[in-house]
Amino acid sequence: MKEYLIVSGRDINILYPHVNVWGFGIPLYLFIGGLAAGILIFATLFYLMGKDKEFPVTVKIATIVPPLIIALGLLFLIGDLRHKPFFWQLLTHFRLQSPMNWGAWTLTIVFILSLLWPLSFIDDMIEYFQQHNRKKWANAFIWIKNLIEKVRIFKVIVDWFTKNRKAFAIITLIFSIILGIYTGILLSTMNARPLWNTPILGLLFLTSGISTATVTIMWITDNEIERRLFTKIDFYTIILEMYLIFQLFFNLAQGPEIQVKTAQLFFGGEFTAIFWALFVMLGLVVPWILEILELKGFHVPVAVPAFLILYGGLVFRYIMVYAGEISSFLPSPTILH
Amino acid sequence: MRYAMAVDTRKCVGCGDCVVACQTENNVPLGYARDWIVEIVKGSYPNTLKVHFESRRCHHCDDPPCVRVCPTGASHIVEGGIVKVTPEECIGCGACIEACPYEARYFHPDGYVDKCTFCDHRVKNGQDPACVEVCPTHCLIFGDLDDPESPVSKVLKEREYYTLAPDAGTHPNLFFLK
Ligand code: SF4
Ligand code: SF4
Repeated sequence: MKEYLIVSGRDINILYPHVNVWGFGIPLYLFIGGLAAGILIFATLFYLMGKDKEFPVTVKIATIVPPLIIALGLLFLIGDLRHKPFFWQLLTHFRLQSPMNWGAWTLTIVFILSLLWPLSFIDDMIEYFQQHNRKKWANAFIWIKNLIEKVRIFKVIVDWFTKNRKAFAIITLIFSIILGIYTGILLSTMNARPLWNTPILGLLFLTSGISTATVTIMWITDNEIERRLFTKIDFYTIILEMYLIFQLFFNLAQGPEIQVKTAQLFFGGEFTAIFWALFVMLGLVVPWILEILELKGFHVPVAVPAFLILYGGLVFRYIMVYAGEISSFLPSPTILH
Repeated sequence: MRYAMAVDTRKCVGCGDCVVACQTENNVPLGYARDWIVEIVKGSYPNTLKVHFESRRCHHCDDPPCVRVCPTGASHIVEGGIVKVTPEECIGCGACIEACPYEARYFHPDGYVDKCTFCDHRVKNGQDPACVEVCPTHCLIFGDLDDPESPVSKVLKEREYYTLAPDAGTHPNLFFLK
């Protein structure tokens, strides 16, 4: 039997015909969180394994990226708030049960740690850029170094972190992992949205974040061994990601009716083409094949798979946020004005 | 105390008086509403058409995800299980709107989140919420579930009812009488 729902008495465009609250900023914020987390996880992990000489780009140079993009992410987060003058309320509360809360705290902490990490290697940075004939970068870091020398408090802080780098690395690693998982958990705690309300999302977002970080390092480095290693890492990460996507839909398809309906958004529903063609094919399978070719010895310009993976990571987050907002426990109504 | 409301879908005619009463009582800005009417039409012409109305609002859930996800505690539970928002603590992040399965929350034009309060300012003084008070068919029944003698406890004992989206696990306190 057909069933129609007609809502009258209110016509609020963020609620009907479906919830539409997290538009542009949040998916970008989630993308940035995952990418920054991934780069820092590799940097600290490789440092702790004693590979900082062998992999200078991973441990040092690539870590210039996280503080820059996290600053951007924080701007997007604040930009998306509708009651901005009260933003500071976020910083006077600590609520472990609210991912939005501890996630913002985690991002702030990781931001500070990510600023200090490259600074603790400042001499190595200057040397690296001079050796590689990157005058502008070298000069920028010389300028920063002079600034630190001049302001006593900066110097004391940076020196302390440089001296205690091992503990620093462990703490940064832990907080980066939390950040990577948080970007998925933020969505999965929303009871109302059947697409998000699954524990697999945290893992999927972390994996996707690692993949975007991997290709960023692969793209930046000029060291053949480093590039090969990260191509290999990404090759396996993509396999894991594809498996998790399969598992996500498999779980939905096994679930109650409402979850089956949610899965249908991606199988015949309105997200079918953009999910499978624009994300899975173009943002996952194609770069994966290119990476296989690269590993087999064919020459593939590294920018191509790297760009596709980054693009795929972003598209994936947009799709997940939008499709999640559409997925609902209540049938979607028609609105009478 | 556990406040709850029952909506008699056999009596509701969808007149919308509850919507207007709430807008007036709570100074709801133009174009917005804390409660609303849903008309459910089953079947298609010429086969049996069945229509019933649901007067909906926040379900003041026992396990409200909106409160859990709120980063500042602006969304909170007060006496009797009523879920409220403190505008001065709300940053307008929208997490609670995403988390609520019932479309109960919206952004006030000033930026904070607004929703039904079960008229707690009236309930405190022993009055019924405004919507309940004006309903011409008396299809809205309000009261305390912990009190077996309250009108809502009694009617839930006597009549069959359903709740919306029980799968969402929120344990809502808005009941629809069949
Ligand atoms: S109906 Fe929505 S807003 Fe009201 S308590 Fe439940 S989850 Fe929160
Ligand atoms: S929009 Fe306001 S009430 Fe809702 S979760 Fe964010 S801070 Fe809390």
